[in-house]
Formats: sequence, C-alpha cells, structure tokens
Amino acid sequence: MENLLEIKDLYVNYETDESVVHALNGFTLNVKKGETLGLVGETGAGKTTMCLSVLRLLPEGVSKVEGGSIQYDGKDVLSMNKSELRQMRGAQISMIFQDPMTSLNPVMRVGDQIKEVLSLHNPELSDKQKDERVDDILKLVGISPDRKDQFPHQFSGGMKQRVVIAMALVAEPQLLLADEPTTALDVTIQAQILALMKQLKEKFDSSMILITHDLGIVAEFCDSVAIVYAGEVIETGSIEQVFERTKNHPYTEGLFNCIPDLTSHAARLTPIPGYMADPTNLPTGCKFADRCGRCIDKCRQAAPEMVEVDPGHFVKCNQMEKGGSGL
Amino acid sequence: MSEVLIETRNLKKYFPHKLGQVHAVDDVSLRICAGQTLGVVGESGCGKSTLGRAIIRLHQPTSGEVLYKGENILNLKGRDWRRVQTQMQMIFQDPYSSLNPRMSVKQLITEPLRVNHVAANKAELEERVRSTMELCGLPDRYDNVYPHEMDGGRRQRVGLARALALNPEFIVCDEPVSALDVSIQAQILNLLMDLQESRNLSYMFITHDLCVVRHISHQIMVMYMGQVVEYAPTDEIFENHAHPYTAALLSAIPTTDLSRRNRERVVLKGEVSNPINPKPGCRFAPRCPYASEKCNEPQNLTEIAPNHFVACHECAKQAGG
Amino acid sequence: MDMKKEKTTSSPQKKKSQAQLILIRFTKNKLAVIGLIVLVALMLTSLTAPLWLDYSKVTHQSVRESFQTPNAEHWFGTDQFGRDLFARVIYGGRISLFAGLVTIGIAFLLGIILGGAAGFFGGAVDTVIMRFTDILMSVPGILLSISIVAALGQGLFKMLIALSVSLIPRQARTVRSAVITMRGQEFVEAARTYGCSNFGILFRYIIPNVLGPLIVGVMMGLGGVILQIASLGYLGIGIAPPTPEWGTIISENQANIMYHMYLGIIPGLFIMIAVLSLNFVGDGLRDALDPKMKN
Repeated sequence: MENLLEIKDLYVNYETDESVVHALNGFTLNVKKGETLGLVGETGAGKTTMCLSVLRLLPEGVSKVEGGSIQYDGKDVLSMNKSELRQMRGAQISMIFQDPMTSLNPVMRVGDQIKEVLSLHNPELSDKQKDERVDDILKLVGISPDRKDQFPHQFSGGMKQRVVIAMALVAEPQLLLADEPTTALDVTIQAQILALMKQLKEKFDSSMILITHDLGIVAEFCDSVAIVYAGEVIETGSIEQVFERTKNHPYTEGLFNCIPDLTSHAARLTPIPGYMADPTNLPTGCKFADRCGRCIDKCRQAAPEMVEVDPGHFVKCNQMEKGGSGL
Repeated sequence: MSEVLIETRNLKKYFPHKLGQVHAVDDVSLRICAGQTLGVVGESGCGKSTLGRAIIRLHQPTSGEVLYKGENILNLKGRDWRRVQTQMQMIFQDPYSSLNPRMSVKQLITEPLRVNHVAANKAELEERVRSTMELCGLPDRYDNVYPHEMDGGRRQRVGLARALALNPEFIVCDEPVSALDVSIQAQILNLLMDLQESRNLSYMFITHDLCVVRHISHQIMVMYMGQVVEYAPTDEIFENHAHPYTAALLSAIPTTDLSRRNRERVVLKGEVSNPINPKPGCRFAPRCPYASEKCNEPQNLTEIAPNHFVACHECAKQAGG
Repeated sequence: MDMKKEKTTSSPQKKKSQAQLILIRFTKNKLAVIGLIVLVALMLTSLTAPLWLDYSKVTHQSVRESFQTPNAEHWFGTDQFGRDLFARVIYGGRISLFAGLVTIGIAFLLGIILGGAAGFFGGAVDTVIMRFTDILMSVPGILLSISIVAALGQGLFKMLIALSVSLIPRQARTVRSAVITMRGQEFVEAARTYGCSNFGILFRYIIPNVLGPLIVGVMMGLGGVILQIASLGYLGIGIAPPTPEWGTIISENQANIMYHMYLGIIPGLFIMIAVLSLNFVGDGLRDALDPKMKN
C-alpha cells in the first residue's frame, strides 16, 4: 500500500537558555493510506513534537528542525510556504488534542466553531450548505443538531470531545492526528469515543495516528503500532507482530510486563528500572541502555540500527541482529 | 480475618448546590481490615474521592459514622482527634499540585513531624525523615531538591514519604498512579505493596483503573453516582460480577490480549449526570441495558454470595432463584 | 531495588542553605543588584545628611541668588527664593523615602492580613472585609487621605496612616484572589491531613506562594505614594512648607518649571530613580524567593 505520510530521520531540538532538549532524534515513521497507526510512548518521548512537526506548528524561536524530511502525499512539508500549509492543515491533516476542555473556544457557540473550520477550508460553500454540513457532522458524532447554538460549558467532557472530533472531521481530512484523545475521559466514555472514531475513520476512509500510552487501546483499535523512546521509533510493525510478544525490543517487553492486566494474577509487577533518559544529555549509544537488562558493551558505544526481524516488523536493538530471534 | 481498622456506617456527604443537594456520597457502609486494601472504583463524579476525604474528615460528613478501631471519630476534638488524625494519611492524585512548590523534599517530609511535634529533638527528627526517605527510595541527595525539579514518579515518592512520616496505619490513596507513566506506575504500585507487607498498612485505593485495582486490592467497591452498586472480594468481582454497571466497566477496558480483540463489548449509552436531589430508584437505570419498571424503586445492597453485595433487584432475584 | 540503578543525572548534589540560595538567585539579577545599590546609596546620603550638610542651607533664603542654574556653589542650582536645591533634595529624600517605604510596608502587611483572612476563611469574614474595602475603594484616594488627615489631625505619622489606608484595598483584593486560587490546591489539603492549623496553612503554605506578585505590586506603588505625599503637601495637609520633600519641591516650583526646567527635572529624576530601583529590587526579590528559578 502507498504511504501517505513519510517521516525520515527527523531531528528536532528545543533550545532554552541553559540547555538543548533533543526531542526527536532520528525519528522515522511511515503511515499508509487508510491505516490506523498507534504511536506508543511515555511522557517526553517526543510524540507531541512529532505531531507539531508534521503540521509545522512547532513554537518558533525555541524549536529547530535539525535534519530529516517529512513527506505528506509526496509533497515536502518542511519546504511548504504559508498558503500551502494553510491548505494542508485542517483540510488534509487535522489534529485532536488531549484536553477537550481547553481546545474549544469557551465564548463561541459550538456550531459556529465547526462552521468556522468549513469557512476556512471550503470557502466555496454557501452559508446554507455549511449549515447542512455542520448538522450532518453533529449527527454523525452523536450530538443532536439542536444543540449547535449551545456553548462548550453546556456540554459534558465526553460530549465536548465529540465536538472536537466533529471539528477535526468536518473538512474530511485524509490524515487525523489524535493526541491522547481519550486520556481525559472515563472508561465507559472512552469506549464510546474510540468506537465512534473508528466508525468515522472507516466512513471517510482516512488514515489516523492514534497517540496513546495505553497498549490496550492500541491492541483494540489500531492496525499497526510504533513504539517511541527518547525521540526515536524503536519498534514498529503490525499489531499481530508486536503483540505476539515473541520478538520485541527490550523496552516494549518492559512496557508489556509493567501493565497490570485484567487477566494476570502476578503478585508483583515488573517495573522498568530507572527513569527516562535526560533529553538534554542523551547517551551516545542506545538510549535505553541504562534501563535495559540485556545491555552489552556494544550498546553503549554506538546507537543500534533498525533490524527487520520479520517482513514489516522492525526493531532497533543490537540483540536482534544476532540470528533475529527474540530472546 | 484480622481486626477491622476502619468502618463506615451509612456515611453521607451532601454538598449544597443552587439546584438542590448534591448527594456526593450517599449511604456508604464499608469495612477495611488491618493490612488490607479496599479498592474503590468508579468514574469521575461518582463520589469516590469525596468518600476518601470524608473518612479522614477532610470533608466533614453530613451524617453517618466513621469508626476507627471501633470508635466513632466524627465528633472527636482537640488532642483526641489529633491522635487519630496522625494515624490516617492521604496520597493525592496530582503529584504536581500536591506538593508545596516552596518547600524542598526534606522540608516537605519534615512538615508533618514538625506540625505534630512527634520528635523529641532535632536528631530524632532528622533520623525519622532520613529513614522515611530511604523507605520510599529517595536518597539523601534529594534533600534540597524542589518538587518542580523532579518528574512525576519521584514526586509521588515524596507524596508517599510525607504520608508515611507519621507512621500511620491507614492511607487513603486517591488515584496515586493515574498521572504517571506506565513504567513508573509499576514502581509506585510495587512500593505501596512492599510497604503494606512490611508495616501492615491498610489502604483505601481510589481509582478509575480496574487493572490497577485488581492488582493491589483485597476487596473492591464499585460506586456509581454516590452509591455503592457492588462490593465484593477482588476475585469475586472479576469472575462473578453481577451488576450491569460493573460488567460494562470491565468490558470497556482495552486489553493487550489480541484474542479478546473482537469480543462482544457492552458500550454504555449516555453519560454520568450529577446526583442532585436524586430520585429514590436505581441511579444507573437510565443507562442500563436491562432497566425495567422495578428499577424506580429503591435498591438495597443484597448479599448474593458470601461477602458479595449487589444493589440491583434483578441480580438479587437471579441469585435467590 | 530498582532505585539503586538510578543515575545521578538530573539532580546534582546541593548542600546550600535556603538563605544562601536566595542570595545567589538575587545576585544573579544584575538590575536588582544595581537597584539595591542605588537605593541604599540614596538612603545613606539622606540619612547621613546632617553629618555633612548644614540644615540651614535648606531653608536659607536669598533673593539675590534666586534661579541660579546648577553651578559649583549650588550643585543643583537654586529656586525662586534662592534656596539651595541640592540641600533640599538631599534632606527631602529623608521624608520621601522614609514615608514612602513605611507606607507601602504597612499597606503590604495589612493587605496580606486582610486579604489573606478574606480569601482563606471566606463566608462572613470575606463579606465583611470585602465590603469594607469596597467602601474604601469607592472614595478617591486623595479624598480619603484628606478626610483621614482631617479627622486625625496633621502630622507625619497621621499622614502615613492616611496614605496606607488608601493603598490597602487594592492590595487586599490582590491577596484575596491569589489566596482563593491557592486554597484549592492539593498541597493545602495535604497539610490538613497531618493536622496543620489554619494559621500555619495560611502563613506557611499559602502566603509564600502568592508573595511574588504582591511584592512587585506594592513596589510599583512607591512612585504613587511619593507623589501623593506631594499632593497632600500641596493641599496644605501634608508636610508643612519649609520642610522639603521631593514631591513638595516639584509642586512649589511648579510655576517656574517652564523657564527653569532643572527645578522640575532634578527632583523628578530622584523620584524616578528611587521608584525604578525599588521596582528592580522587587523583581529580583520575587525571582529570588521562587525556588523554580534556576540557580
């Protein structure tokens, strides 16, 4: 299948007075047309930086793209001019943020907020057509169109996130970046929202990057998965390949072991020892080496290469080179 | 069974609201034994945090009783109350806002000891702070570190150390790992469990995460809009849960087990509303797939199996019949 | 145990005391240090004035010497009565700086106590204090000062009270809203769980966290206070005329400023330098007290 988004070897730094934060360090990711990719990583792994880079929304002045390329539908995103960018944002790629409370304008009626997106991207539509589209999308996300004259504070958390989704989908984008869209919601509401997103994604035949820290959500809603650690993708493959748990990166393995599972009876969890590598002072070798139980001298000397352990299943680990079988 | 440490009887906490009274905690009775953990599960607004705070009197309950080793503590005053208060501590959800940003780690942990004048002299104070910090995995180089200089996991260790400093018997843990990354979550959970074993601590573990609660709890209480809907030993809840809400909660949790990927899922309609002047019937009925006429009548907690209580007439009937 | 493997990456060893850290942070702010030096220099020169500058120069009138531009004998020139402006400005600083600092000091303290109590206890306490400040705020500051001086009688001390009272309402309101925000924080709840008293919570937990903006706000008020002292003097209810004071010096020379600019510029410059230095010191102090600032 064709790639819709190709991020190659992307380096992004944030520069502060005292230090340089290496947010992305050779980040490589491909998203195929029509696929849902789960992007898993912990706080500070660079997930949000990646989204902002793709939309070219990185804060100016403090952040810097140091190298690499981003291709969206064959076009080079990093060299786009302002009008091309405006075309791309919202109309082709749109983003759903984690917190529905802060991503809506509190003094604007929700219907008007959705309509504004249309006005930006489909100026050719008449006012009446826009109203119809707003009604349609509200119905799709499960909100009665009667409520479009209400303000965000009149909606509950789950309902607000539905409004946010409606805004993200109204211009029918090809790629949806969902940054922890359900983290702020309760489990029963999370189930509703995820089911809705899946259904809508299929209806519009769009691709989606679902950013989350919850491997369970990935397992249930995604086609493929990429695991991020310290600004690079350290493992990527189809859901089946990764969740089979036979050939995993030690970090992925650690993640699996430290989530309490509904079906397990273990007396103690196995945490990943230590803490995340300091992004202002990254080690030269493998960035996970300090926390890895299978670390060898080689790991500390040079960063490991991506190894294709199975067709389409890549792992960035020295241990994988030897024979390719999981340890 | 070991002795009962904390018990509540018909505990109620109502908050005034412009439309009436919010029944945040409505008629909750529970028991926590020494060295055991009660997991309290529910969605936001179900009253689980208010319940935890009412037990340690951060919110003075509207009515009912809270018994600590058999003694009602709700009307204790002065010295008597302080004696009990130091035995009941709390760990908060947000490791960012729960630590005073103007105090260093050492000051934060010294604070409860200083306020209660428990140490006879400076050396003893020093010693107690040191040992508590070590217990929570905070080496002494953190003494002069401030909360903003630490990540969530380390901050939560400080929060735990602060709660442990007074050597309490009972700790209310209000979503202590919800704000943490999974790899750090496991560290904190293990630490909590180690401490429980070594000090015979009792926890009330409040969370919305059923996976975590299964791992750490001996008993589980499921709450919905201020009321208990199901209350049973942990394995019983997971294997023989009866209430439709418990079932929906369990089925909503995404799991990493691919074989369960296409299982039948109960997706609840609607959302939790506010328990303002609620009607007498089952509060879950508007979202319940099995709701019937009889749900408009008050529901009583019925023991359908040993120590397994459910507030649903349908479940009670099935168990009885 | 996993902690053993932890590397000493993010938290270097620190053994410095709290006071040392505050001092280090303060001295890192160049403007604050300069401000402090200037302020101390100004205070020292005015305080030690009697030792090296004869007070008679302040009041000595000589029509022959009127309106002299700055020269070797009269460094800052002379006014319409031929009085030496240098002596007047130096001695004037004694009253302006003293009265200004005392006034903002009183306003700061009372603002914290009133605003703190209102925000922390809420309910009836809040209502009473806030309605009281509402009343004070609805009267123009200068009118309020006039009425207080009129009621209490003239004098430096009574003037200080009058000036502070007109500053307190705004200060109390700022403190109150800051306290209300802090009151809901979990660390305040945590303090209750281990039995911290209301008093302890207010002064050890809440006030230290709202101090920053308060210090800056109150420092900004100094310029206004110095000018208000002048206004009161101008209306004849502040400092009695022969005694110099920066604001008074400007107002008594008001008529002649058009043709003798130095009469306005020089005392004006002193007010400006004092206010600016104090603001820099305030900024530096706010940052120094905040542990979030990097060392």
